[in-house]
Amino acid sequence: MKPRSKRLVLIGTIIVAFSVAVTLVLNAFQENLVFFHTPTEVKERSVPFDRTIRIGGLVEKGTFKREEETTTVMFNVTDGESSIPVSYTGILPDLFREGQGIVAEGKLLTSGLFVASHVFAKHDETYMPPEAAEALKRAEEAKENSETGIDVDSVSKSAVKGE
Amino acid sequence: MLPEIGQFLMVLAFCLAVIQSIFPLLGAQKGQLSWMKMGPNLAWAQFAALAFAYGLLTYAFIDHDFSVALAASHSSINLPIEYRISAVWGNHEGSLLLWILILAGWGVAVASFSNNLPVAMSSRVLAVMGMISVGFIGFMVFTSNPFERMMMVPLDGNDLNPMLQDPGMIFHPPLLYMGYVGFAVAFSFAMAALIGGRLDASWARWSRPWTTIAWVFLTLGIALGSWWAYAELGWGGWWFWDPVENASFMPWLLATALIHSLAVTEKRGAFRSWTVMLAILTFALTIVGAFLVRSGVITSVHAFATDPTRGVYILVFLAVIIGASLMLYAWRAPKVGMGGGFSSWSRESVLLANNVLLVVACSAVFIGTMYPLIIDALGMGKMSVGPPYFNTVFVPLMVPLLVMMIIGPLVPWKNATLKGSFNRLYPVLAAGLLAAVVWPLLMGEWGVIVAIMIFVATGIVGVFIVDLLPRIKAETFAGKISRFKKLNVSWLGMHVAHIGMAITIIGMAMAMGYQEEKDVRVAPGDVVEMAGYTFTFDGVKQVRGANYSSQYGTVRVKEDGELLTTLHPEKRTYDKHKGMPMTQASIDRSLFRDLYVSLGDPIGRTGAWVIRVYYKPYMTWLWTGVMIMSVGGVLAISDRRYRVKIRRRFKKRPSKESQAVID
Repeated sequence: MKPRSKRLVLIGTIIVAFSVAVTLVLNAFQENLVFFHTPTEVKERSVPFDRTIRIGGLVEKGTFKREEETTTVMFNVTDGESSIPVSYTGILPDLFREGQGIVAEGKLLTSGLFVASHVFAKHDETYMPPEAAEALKRAEEAKENSETGIDVDSVSKSAVKGE
Repeated sequence: MLPEIGQFLMVLAFCLAVIQSIFPLLGAQKGQLSWMKMGPNLAWAQFAALAFAYGLLTYAFIDHDFSVALAASHSSINLPIEYRISAVWGNHEGSLLLWILILAGWGVAVASFSNNLPVAMSSRVLAVMGMISVGFIGFMVFTSNPFERMMMVPLDGNDLNPMLQDPGMIFHPPLLYMGYVGFAVAFSFAMAALIGGRLDASWARWSRPWTTIAWVFLTLGIALGSWWAYAELGWGGWWFWDPVENASFMPWLLATALIHSLAVTEKRGAFRSWTVMLAILTFALTIVGAFLVRSGVITSVHAFATDPTRGVYILVFLAVIIGASLMLYAWRAPKVGMGGGFSSWSRESVLLANNVLLVVACSAVFIGTMYPLIIDALGMGKMSVGPPYFNTVFVPLMVPLLVMMIIGPLVPWKNATLKGSFNRLYPVLAAGLLAAVVWPLLMGEWGVIVAIMIFVATGIVGVFIVDLLPRIKAETFAGKISRFKKLNVSWLGMHVAHIGMAITIIGMAMAMGYQEEKDVRVAPGDVVEMAGYTFTFDGVKQVRGANYSSQYGTVRVKEDGELLTTLHPEKRTYDKHKGMPMTQASIDRSLFRDLYVSLGDPIGRTGAWVIRVYYKPYMTWLWTGVMIMSVGGVLAISDRRYRVKIRRRFKKRPSKESQAVID
């Protein structure tokens, strides 16, 4: 081969390799985007059932239950407006407790139960997962707009301010 | 009084940095030797001022001066001394001061070891480093004063975040910063070369050791962070594709590309503009990292408290750096020229492919990390990109890269034949195939991904042997030894680093492919069986530590009925952070497996707990491999040509031709 055509082969190989890589990246990207929804959005709108999504909010007080003989726990996640039942099997993060902001990643069942594969809590006492804070903020804004006058849980109010 | 002196010293350092960024550069442009000579002195003065300021801040922590807000919120009377010292960098302001101190330290290092450089070059390098210092010290002086006083002095401080009370905290941030900030040197060399219009093999040789040593620090820093997360967080994982992990990993990928591209520029004079571009981008990514951590845009163990002005400052700084350096690049790089040509099958083309793959991998990580942030900033909703994305993209990109690590060392520079390269490879490929078939079977189950990883890892080790044997050919064993001692150290460094990578790859493949995990609820006396080991849970009792109380579990591990070890996973509650229990996993490490137990939650009042038990094969290989990689980096820069020339240069300045290409 002439040097010129050799160089063409080289450049061609690089372009092909690059396109393959880009396709790979974009494909994987599209499949693995995890969208965030607030409990209200899950209640109101049709949220996809077959995709992994994230929901965030506060662990509703008095809803935490542990199943006998297994490591499965049940609790509700609320944004002050709506609340979603969540089940999770495994070890919860250290800072998980009722009244705290958390983010759960998993799938929504048609029954309305959210089966979490991961639960994220904040990493220190003064810090709130931004997504959980966002859920509370959105719920509060929606409330102010409609002015239904439902009382907001004092915890969620302070959490929003603490963001 | 002392904190005010510290504040004054910071302002002083700022002024010194301003002078340092002006006069040495002007001197170099106008040929004013006295102005150029100011560079090293200014670098030393700036370093001294910052070191003194840093010492004063540390003293405030050690001496419990809670009138300093930072000490009050991050230290306490009962905090052990080693954590009082490391608490200084356990927060935004203090860690920024450490960052700046390290930057000044690199400046001093450049000033001290640049006697072999033309004075104009070293002056320009110091001037560019001065500009970077101006940016960072300005950031601290204007937005984040570490010496801020409290009006009401508390009797005791708030204590260090319990998560940071770990030996990992003492080493991880300083090492990581040494790496991060070190790329400022590589960047400054590139800028100085562009300004001087002299982008040649000697520029590459000067900047190579700096780049490599920064890379070594970054490698160790990342690995130490990973090792810490593995032991501390109780999740059992060692890499989470967390945005901040990615923030350190992206510059690592580009720096790895830069090291290889610098090799081509030094040996063959090729890839010059590309190398400069990589130096710019690597440094830019370290600032992107600073932005991710310090602007509060992400949820992470690493994120500091939110303050929008800080994020804006870093973004502006980033824009100035990228804008200025790219303008300089656009203005100067076209004059640089192409350098030596090479054929499509040569060491150069293998390294080019290496660079392309590393840059693509880095871009993929960048997209996954930044896309959710950008969408969020535009108010288009919240989303995240999970680990599956990174795994799907990363593994296919890494395999060809690793394959090139097998081929590369045997392909000569400039022009090679496919046949010549592969003839020597047959035994290597055969060994790789054999290992790929047998090794996974020994682990119990054959799997494609594990087999591929073992194939490439074995190949990388194999190619070292094939490359080594002809070089130490001698009649007697003693003869071989003496030839081994005369081997080119940087050639050896390359192979050692590659072998380190191979060992890490085996560790990763085995740990991912054959780990076993169980979350179980156990009452005292209950037994968990895993991978031939028997774990007996003996309950949890209350134990008192220096500034915490601990729920101290006991788990006996037996192998074949014999007691192997007793593990003590803990859940600690620090006095000052009652609401924040910390999980402390307990790990029994050995060459071929880690046994890992962590405590979950107590169940009722019966003494039963949820515990997590892991069997993780070959984890030790992962960390050992990284250590060996770093040793390889250090070997690579201890080559004589980085030192011998220094002495020779003093006597007579050799012409460019005499700097022969050394293989």
